[in-house]
Amino acid sequence: MSEKFDVIVVGAGPAGTSCAYTCAKNGLKVLQIERGEYPGSKNVMGGVLYRKQMEDIIPEFWKEAPLERPVIEQRFWMMDKESAVSFGYKGLEWGKEPYNNFTVLRAPFDQWFAKKGVEQGVLLINETVVLECLTENGKVVGVRTDRPDGEIYADVVVLADGVNSLLAKQLGYHKEFRPDEVALTVMEVINLSKDKINDRFNLEDNQGCTIEIFGDSTKGNLGTAFIYTNKDSVNIGVGTTLSSMIKAKLKPYDLLDYLKTHPMVRPLIEGGESAEYLAHLIPEGGYHSVPKVAGNGVLLAGDAAQLVNAIHREGSNMAMASGTLAAETIIAAKERGDYSETSLNQYREKLYQSFIIKDLEKYKDAAHTFEHYPQYFKEYVPMLNRAANKFFTVDGTPKKDKQKEIMKSFTSERGTIRVLQDMYRAWKAVK
Amino acid sequence: MSTKTIEEKQYLVRFKADTKSHLTVLDHDICMTKCPDKICTIFCPAEVYKWEGLRMQVGYEGCHECGSCRIGCPYQNIKWEYPKGGHGIVFRLA
Repeated sequence: MSEKFDVIVVGAGPAGTSCAYTCAKNGLKVLQIERGEYPGSKNVMGGVLYRKQMEDIIPEFWKEAPLERPVIEQRFWMMDKESAVSFGYKGLEWGKEPYNNFTVLRAPFDQWFAKKGVEQGVLLINETVVLECLTENGKVVGVRTDRPDGEIYADVVVLADGVNSLLAKQLGYHKEFRPDEVALTVMEVINLSKDKINDRFNLEDNQGCTIEIFGDSTKGNLGTAFIYTNKDSVNIGVGTTLSSMIKAKLKPYDLLDYLKTHPMVRPLIEGGESAEYLAHLIPEGGYHSVPKVAGNGVLLAGDAAQLVNAIHREGSNMAMASGTLAAETIIAAKERGDYSETSLNQYREKLYQSFIIKDLEKYKDAAHTFEHYPQYFKEYVPMLNRAANKFFTVDGTPKKDKQKEIMKSFTSERGTIRVLQDMYRAWKAVK
Repeated sequence: MSTKTIEEKQYLVRFKADTKSHLTVLDHDICMTKCPDKICTIFCPAEVYKWEGLRMQVGYEGCHECGSCRIGCPYQNIKWEYPKGGHGIVFRLA
């Protein structure tokens, strides 16, 4: 393949396809390279797709995209061994246009999205690994693939190659991650009839529910578990930072089975048939881990640029928004005829002015705080459960005395000063 | 629901294995002499790594390509590449 492209996009996940789609729609000659058998075959997500960033690319996509259920309820559980303190929000307006978010299965969704790009003129090549970026005089000028005579040239290369981001590491844009910068997450898709899902989660057809579970779901380690309802299956998964997994010597699949058989969880999935088991890393280093995102002839988008807000489980929306910003930058760069780092740095500016980096900055110390001070997940969740149990158990003790006892149990376990320190530290990390 | 073993979980997944491994343990002596925990055999979500007394067996055919072993090996002793295009794990659903 000796012809030259305007843009080569590496990867056909949400970041890569958003970029390829927008570039092609604006008349650029785009080659998109995917290493899997089809787009989505290497990609894993818990399953929540946000409407806003997708709609910015394809208006009213919900009328044709392969979606599972619009999410109308988001629940949060602080779970202990045999109890859970829960809160949540259910709003029927989320079940109507314009919607807030949807559960999706990524293999069908990514294929659909990539096909929309192809309809705009993207040349998509599957089953091809990009081995390295080709550089000339310090400028990225193309890629070398694992196909025979696999060198291909373009004015700009977009690295949307996912969390491992091997290509940007080769370019020296970032170092290998530390185990506390990534979360190892495993999940299963469990087939369950639509009626059972509706009954057990208090839903009607075409209404979905998400549950995020903290505490005993990870045996007190830094991480979360989740249960998301699809049409006739549920996604159930759990992840912790890789460093926590190593420190606690946890087998991720054992943790998943601990969750599946937990008395708070088991009744929801009872009788279901496991259909697929998946493992993946999530880039959770946040603000401090974002690498150089623009260079001479090259841009980084999505997971490859570490654009994930772990606290709010937002990732694919940031991938899409960053892919679109990359495309806008490339379109402007083509008009100027300038693909230098100075020209492409417009992408960095756009990214840092957008919700993406602003949100990552807001939580820049959260992961570090919770990793460094394990008491939040290990001690406070059980304490909260004991307090709720005490408060809501009617045993003839006056409520005022109960409150006193609860406060005393908090401070006697950890000491008044330490509790205040913990509260202040947590507030500072997420404020 | 019965608890599924990792073997049962792996049966649910479609793999199109290459004939050549994309994972290489660089020096088995490091695993033997420096790494008492052999932690990759614990955190790998697909139980790809199995210690066989003298060397590390690498069942690359069942790899999910997550990258944990490359990052988590305390001795950077694992060379990690992507399988040849179109090979390796093929997720069908999520």
